[in-house]
Amino acid sequence: MLIFEHSREGRRAAAQAPLEKVGAKGLPERFRRRQRAPLPEVSEMQVVRHYTRLSQKNFSIDTQFYPLGSCTMKYNPRACNSLAMLPGFIDRHPLAPETHSQGFLACMFELQEMLKDVTGMKGVSLTPMAGAQGEFAGVAMIRAYHESRGDSSRTEILVPDAAHGTNPATAVMCGYTVKEIPTDRQGDVDMDALKAAVGPQTAGIMLTNPSTLGVFERRIKEIAKVIHDAGGLLYYDGANLNAILGKVRPGDMGFDVIHMNLHKTFSTPHGGGGPGAGAVGVSERLMPFRPIPVVAKEGERYRWLKKADLSQSIGQLSAFAGNAGVLLRAYIYMRMLGRDGMHRVADFSTLNANYLMARLREKGFDLAFPERRATHEFIVTLKRQAKEQGVTAMDFAKRLLDFGFHAPTTYFPLLVPECLLIEPTETEAKEALDGFVDAMAAIQAEAESDPEKVRGAPYTQPNRRFDEVRAARELDLRYVPGVAG
Amino acid sequence: MSNVPSDLKYTKSHEWVRDNGDGTVTVGVTDHAQELLGDLVFVETPEAGTNLAAEESCAVVESVKAASDVYAPLAGEVVEGNELLADAPETVNNDAYGDGWLFKLRPENADDLNGLMDADAYNKLLEEEA
Repeated sequence: MLIFEHSREGRRAAAQAPLEKVGAKGLPERFRRRQRAPLPEVSEMQVVRHYTRLSQKNFSIDTQFYPLGSCTMKYNPRACNSLAMLPGFIDRHPLAPETHSQGFLACMFELQEMLKDVTGMKGVSLTPMAGAQGEFAGVAMIRAYHESRGDSSRTEILVPDAAHGTNPATAVMCGYTVKEIPTDRQGDVDMDALKAAVGPQTAGIMLTNPSTLGVFERRIKEIAKVIHDAGGLLYYDGANLNAILGKVRPGDMGFDVIHMNLHKTFSTPHGGGGPGAGAVGVSERLMPFRPIPVVAKEGERYRWLKKADLSQSIGQLSAFAGNAGVLLRAYIYMRMLGRDGMHRVADFSTLNANYLMARLREKGFDLAFPERRATHEFIVTLKRQAKEQGVTAMDFAKRLLDFGFHAPTTYFPLLVPECLLIEPTETEAKEALDGFVDAMAAIQAEAESDPEKVRGAPYTQPNRRFDEVRAARELDLRYVPGVAG
Repeated sequence: MSNVPSDLKYTKSHEWVRDNGDGTVTVGVTDHAQELLGDLVFVETPEAGTNLAAEESCAVVESVKAASDVYAPLAGEVVEGNELLADAPETVNNDAYGDGWLFKLRPENADDLNGLMDADAYNKLLEEEA
């Protein structure tokens, strides 16, 4: 039931209403509404019940194992949030002068330093407000670099076909054309195709390492050499940073620019629609182009570096300095974990994935890359089940909900048919992983004995299976009073 | 097994091409391609007059699972896009080789048709991919 359907004319929440009558004085006549906005008229208790009920329908990391591949749905320690909400942080006005912001600036400076250290980059800017904006900043810096050298012949960005869809979108947003590079049978970038594609028109390559196929890009040094020899730059998509945190550094692999999803990898819930933080790290040659502001330390004082300090900067990407709350949580998380804890993130996210992969293989599931070791995630393909039992990856995903598990990512990456991309993260205990294996085995048994049951799932959720095709073809998102949804 | 008519030509990216015998060809996606994609919810076809290079991406087919590019099988000029598909994308699922055609093309060089796969070769490709 929608909140609008609870509405009765004249009903209100008196205790929540403003004390004074709020007028529209000074607002030009042409901007004023002719009729009242069709807002729901409900009591305070109705609002509380409505949204509490909705929240109880949530399938979330706080209630269930959530192995949504490529999304790193790990547990975010409560302490990171409560410390980021200390009055000294949340009461600070974003326009407060530097002299009154030394504590906050010190945290931001140290966060920049820690991110440099853990990624092997030369400089960091924290201002991009989401992963997509971090990508944009990264490729905009590549563009600024080539332009600063008067090199205008570079019109192309290379993107492997296993990449997230945001990579080609970013390249196009920055005015480049995209050339797709195929993947070989082992899941690595096809080197012959790469060498054939590289040339004086190559501005750079956007790579995710480990890739979205759940494998490490083994020839990264060779790839870096091919690109650099042609005068191009390497962009690192930080989507899968969890797998290598503190173990291997993108800077050491030869990357020139990197974005990090500080939400996701560093303790802000991912997938909630924001806010996020897509900090960028750069190599020596891209230092002048960092988005502003950046925090500098001079003696014992901290200050913002702005346009006057970084005249070649690609500019300011957000009001103030990015999403301060997300940045603070990242800072606290890193301080809590320390260097050793960072290593353990990578150790346990890959150990959990490899354990889960080995156990599912034992139960008879087919792996997309059986000869490869998993990174922090891996791919199961249900091509055989789809063919033999008529039970698809989507059917398994829906049935898993009945067993109390959030479904893994389905049908991504596009290269693998009927796939489940499974990412357990480092925060799950062995019992949760074993429970997931048991559920998968039980669903496989059902698929063989009663495939119709799996195809009809879920049975225990607030809603049964949606008609996704009809929803996409007849998109209807507007509430009209008196018209059923 | 999906349907592979013997009178058509094929590409490795799963487009089919019909020689209309009047200097134009009709292009669509194969039965196998629509089966892989599942129920289509959106189709974008190229506009008449567009000049295409061979293998240039020129149309989009989108299902609830994925959005896929469609590539020009030959270089040439678009004569007509199938306007029916904007309102009825499911036509591609129901009739991939008939009313579900995507666009008509006037090839730059009619001989290019000979470079495409015949039904036997395409069937073989499908077997390899299975």
